[in-house]
Amino acid sequence: MRGATILKASDDKTRQLNKHTLMAFSGEAGDTVQFAEYIQANAQLYSMRNEADLSPSAMANFVRRELASSLRSRKPYMVNLLLGGVDPITDKPSLYWLDYLAALAPVPYAAHGYAQYYCLSILDKHHHPDIDLDRGLEILRLCTDELKRRLPIDFKGVIVKVVTKDGIREIEYDDSKPVQSA
Amino acid sequence: MKLQDTRITPSKIGLIDTHVCLAFAGLNADARILIDKARLEAQSHRLTVEDPVTIEYITKYVAGVQQRYTQSGGVRPFGISTLIVGFDKGDKVPRLYQTEPSGIYSAWKANAIGRSSKTVREFLERNHKDGMDREETIKLTVKSLLEVVQTGAKNIEIAIMAPGKAMEMLPVDEIEAYVKNIEAEKQEEAAKKKTRTPGTGTATILTRGPGDVSES
Repeated sequence: MRGATILKASDDKTRQLNKHTLMAFSGEAGDTVQFAEYIQANAQLYSMRNEADLSPSAMANFVRRELASSLRSRKPYMVNLLLGGVDPITDKPSLYWLDYLAALAPVPYAAHGYAQYYCLSILDKHHHPDIDLDRGLEILRLCTDELKRRLPIDFKGVIVKVVTKDGIREIEYDDSKPVQSA
Repeated sequence: MKLQDTRITPSKIGLIDTHVCLAFAGLNADARILIDKARLEAQSHRLTVEDPVTIEYITKYVAGVQQRYTQSGGVRPFGISTLIVGFDKGDKVPRLYQTEPSGIYSAWKANAIGRSSKTVREFLERNHKDGMDREETIKLTVKSLLEVVQTGAKNIEIAIMAPGKAMEMLPVDEIEAYVKNIEAEKQEEAAKKKTRTPGTGTATILTRGPGDVSES
C-alpha cells in the first residue's frame, strides 16, 4: 500500500463505561473521543452515586438521549456508536447500534461505516443466536479477511475486545497472515 | 437497633471514586450532599485531565466546599467531619486526611472523628506503630473502636483500602471474629492481673457507631 497518508494502527476507538459495558465509536475526529469520554464520566458517576451499574439497555437509552439532544443543538456531535454489554442481574448479553442521527436499535450483530457493506452479509449468513465465543471469533476472522480483500484502503487491522459477565478483556488478534483471494 | 435494617440503611462510609473512600461523622443528610459534590468533582477531574484525583486534591476540594458554606449568605455550614482515605494512582503510600466543618484539613497516620473520638485517638496514639500489615491494622482498628462501642460487631463498619484495589467492606461475621478474639485476649490479661474487680461500667450506650475510625 502506498500513499501520502497512513492510518494510526494502535488507536483504541472504545471506552469502557462500567464493569461490563463497552462503547465503540467512529465518526468525526475529535467529536468521537469528546462524546465517548463525556458518556464514560457520566456512567462512572452514576455507578458511584448509586452503588450499582447502569444496565446495558438503560445505558443505550441514556446515550441515545444525549446524542439526540446534541443533534438538535447548534453544533451536534457526529458520532456513530456500538454499545455492547452484559446485564449484571440477568447475565444476558446485548448489543446496541446507534448512529449519529441518534437512531437506536438492539441487534444481534452490527457494523458501522464502509465496513458494514462488506461485513453484514457475512454476519447474516453465519450468525446464529447460540454460537459460542470461538465460533464468534471465527466469523470475525471471515469479516476481517473480507475487509482486507476488498476495502480500498489498508485499515491496519483491528482491536478485539470481549465483553463477558466477568468483565471486559482485550484479546490478541493476529492478522498478519496474507489473505487468499476468494 | 434490633429493628433497623442495616443491610439497606445508608452507611457512614462512602466511595468518592474507585480509589478514594470517605467516612463521616455528624449530620447524615449533610454528608450525602457533600459526598455527591466530591463524586462529581472526582469524575470531572478525570474527564478534564485524564487522571484520577489525588487524595490531597479531593480533600482540599471537600474542605474548600465546607469553608465556602461558612462564609456565604443564606446557607449554614456542613455539620460533618470527614476522614478521607485512599491511595494515589500508581502509589503505594497510604493517605489519610481529616476535614472539619470550618474547612480545616489535616493529614494523619491514624485518626478518629465523631463522638468519643478523643478516647479513640488517644488509644491510637498509644498503640499505633509504623509499618503494620493488613491483619495488624484491622485488629488495631477494631480494638480502638471497642474502646467506645459497647454493642460489639453490629455497630462497627470497616472499609479496607489497598493500593490499586477496589474498596472492600469487611463482612459482619469477620468483624465479629475480630471482636471475639480481642475480648478473649482482654479477659486473659484481666485474669493475669487479677488485682481489681473487673468492669467499672460507666460508659454510655451508643446507638450507632461513634463515627468511623478509618485507617490506611
